[in-house]
Amino acid sequence: MDVDPSSERNDSDEPTLRIAAICAAYGNDRHRMLDILRDVQEGFRWVSPRSLETVAACTGLSRVQVEGVASFYSFLSLTPKGRITIRLCDDIVDRFAGLAAVAAAFEAELGIRMGETSADGSFSLDYTPCIGMCDQAPAAMINDVVVTRLTPERAASIGSALRAGRLPLEIAVPGHAGLSPAERAAAMVENNIRHAGPVLLGPVPSDAGLRQALELTPTAIIDAIEASGLRGCGGAGFSTGRKWRAAASEPAERRFVFCNADEGEPGTFKDRVLLTERADLMIEGMTIAARAVGAREGLIYLRGEYAYLRDHLEAVLESRRAGGRLGRRIHGIEGFDFDVRLQLGAGAYVCGEEGALISSCEGLPGEPKTRPPYPVNRGYLGFPTLVNNVETFCHAARILGRGADWFRAMGTDRSHGTKLFSVSGDCLNPGVYELAYGLTLAELLTLVGGEDAAAVQVGGPSGTMVDRANFHRRLSFDDLATGGAIIVFSARRNILEIVDYYMSFFVHESCGYCTPCRVGNVFLHKAIGKFRAGLANPEDIDYLRDLSQTIIETSRCGLGMTSPNPILTTLQNFPLVYSALVKSSPDRVRASFDVQSAIEGARRIARRRSTIFDEDYT
Amino acid sequence: MSGTGFSFTIDGVAVAAEPGQTIMEAADAAGLYIPRLCDHEGLRHQGGCRVCTVKAGGRSVSACTQPAAPDLVVENETPHLNKLRRDLVEMLFHEGNHLCPICEASGNCELQAMAYRLDMTAPTRFPYLQPSRTLDASHPDIALDTNRCISCGRCIRASQDVDRKGVFGYVGRGIHRRVAVNADDLASTDASIEDAAIAAGTCPVGCIIRKRHGFATPIGERIFDKGPIGHDIEDKRRE
Repeated sequence: MDVDPSSERNDSDEPTLRIAAICAAYGNDRHRMLDILRDVQEGFRWVSPRSLETVAACTGLSRVQVEGVASFYSFLSLTPKGRITIRLCDDIVDRFAGLAAVAAAFEAELGIRMGETSADGSFSLDYTPCIGMCDQAPAAMINDVVVTRLTPERAASIGSALRAGRLPLEIAVPGHAGLSPAERAAAMVENNIRHAGPVLLGPVPSDAGLRQALELTPTAIIDAIEASGLRGCGGAGFSTGRKWRAAASEPAERRFVFCNADEGEPGTFKDRVLLTERADLMIEGMTIAARAVGAREGLIYLRGEYAYLRDHLEAVLESRRAGGRLGRRIHGIEGFDFDVRLQLGAGAYVCGEEGALISSCEGLPGEPKTRPPYPVNRGYLGFPTLVNNVETFCHAARILGRGADWFRAMGTDRSHGTKLFSVSGDCLNPGVYELAYGLTLAELLTLVGGEDAAAVQVGGPSGTMVDRANFHRRLSFDDLATGGAIIVFSARRNILEIVDYYMSFFVHESCGYCTPCRVGNVFLHKAIGKFRAGLANPEDIDYLRDLSQTIIETSRCGLGMTSPNPILTTLQNFPLVYSALVKSSPDRVRASFDVQSAIEGARRIARRRSTIFDEDYT
Repeated sequence: MSGTGFSFTIDGVAVAAEPGQTIMEAADAAGLYIPRLCDHEGLRHQGGCRVCTVKAGGRSVSACTQPAAPDLVVENETPHLNKLRRDLVEMLFHEGNHLCPICEASGNCELQAMAYRLDMTAPTRFPYLQPSRTLDASHPDIALDTNRCISCGRCIRASQDVDRKGVFGYVGRGIHRRVAVNADDLASTDASIEDAAIAAGTCPVGCIIRKRHGFATPIGERIFDKGPIGHDIEDKRRE
């Protein structure tokens, strides 16, 4: 279909023309599908069947391909949403911090229930998984604006201000007009930096690492990164130097450096703080990586929940361009060209997986890619693509500036340097802590005022739930590995309620590509429900272990390989929680089997009660 | 071929392979059957059903996507792997509505045949998800019952890559991911009974139904009444 904006127009054509203009703004490029659909969503509050057709026609795709993308991301909607969409963060930390009362206050003020859109199209109320604000829960997004530390009273006053027509930004940051994008972001969300270490959160000289890197050959840069012992900070802990070397050694005409700013692990928010406070350092690290691997193009994949940081990051990119530190002839060096584009996500945890992140950037549903080939060999559009976490790039820049030995001397034998920990939950001082690897969990709990902890989730739901007897364990890749999320739970918390929530999270976030993760996690989640309802048999404990093992061994990507961890690690460390709830049945009738409800359908058809097993039948 | 060939082993049997071949491709040529559902002759590999999971050098990989490598040691027919595969097949049975006695695909169904091959004889432990999606019978020659779909995507790839039509596609995420058609219903697409995507054998189950063909071959004379799934590949080795 050709859409000619100059053709005769009437009212019914207008949306089509506006959508065609959106597509044209992205060069009708199918790889920019996520941007196109985000703009359609923002402009029309939904992606209608007609929009799907227009976008498909403009980008040369089929409607079902566009629908495949639009239906994948949580922030895109195939039904109309309100002009203001309020998304309450439904993380377990928010729940324990009083989410239910906040939700009720919004419902009462706006006159709609959670999950609904008001009849006049003004408001939608939704839940969304962790938005990276666990240190100031309960929190919510109002369109792209974030509000934190919600109470029922605050929710009611926000709702009433919105109904009075005040803009979300005006409510979240009064007097925002006079502020720079950086000041606005800092005023909207607190950083809560509780402990600044020597590498990232202490004083950082501008471009010291990049200037040093420019004195070195690309190979020498990679040698320095490898010698520092730096390992990826997103959670998996792969050697950064080896990754850079692999990307550099693959023959190719184009190469890419991608920054993974899609931290979605519940309880993680350290990248939020780095993006706010150290964006310049992060881009410096990306530029060093570009120099090392020979990339001219870069991209920051920013999770949709952090859209409030967009203007700030664009401003930092622009100031680096203006200062000759990004773009053409960086630092005046002929032939050293590198620029970075910001790509917004749209609500999909799995896009933190590097293959899925690349799929998403290519305009596809955020499904992980088949490995091999690995992204460093064939990634974005088939070209070698280096993907590192925000924190990893920041570390890399500091390593070049201060030397590999300086970094290597911190931490432990196989976990060098410092790590940012995002601490939340039942502790006095939630926030971000930069500490050398190797401290014990008990030491960290003392620092954060969480000595009363009964359980600590290390590394978020895909990590380990640790019990008191194991608080002597060390935070390092050799013992308790973590991307940084530390969630503290006091003895008042119900372990199975936490596990139940985490499994629902994985069910929600599985991409659905492979059978074990798509289906198996649903079964695990249902089984936990059985335990919580007191309907589990002793053999259900074996069932949990057995099914978990199948999911881990057969899943296609890291999501499925770690999704049973909330169950497996609590079975390991809190076995009594499970065994206390199971009931053995001497008559071999399963507790979960209720004969009356099993025959209810047949009874309704027969229109009479059954005499079988009916104790009340007379 | 070019002399760059190499060999590796599957369950101790030496298998010849060329660079770029997957473990499954080399195994098929050698007459060793690796169970699979989403992979289909002539279509791109997807690696989604995971039924072809093997251990290669001790690591779990999908044989349909993993390249063979010199001296690689692959395990295939082990009790442990067949147990994992049985779990996956059971998951698919419980995810959809698979009532063999009333399904016209019975006897030609790869899911059913795979269950027999993997000895799925004991009562299953999983809950039934019982989807209730609307049947699409709009097309004069084809009906679509996605409650029987196992998300293998064979119709999607056949329509895209062989028919060059793109009648089908995945929509949704996670447990809500499903196969959809490129219009409001199948009749509004350019799907035809002649399409490779609609051909008997492309859909491994009874989701894509060719109207008026259902019982042309009586039960008892159907594909898997004559031999277990995979026997065509295994027969090569016996010859």
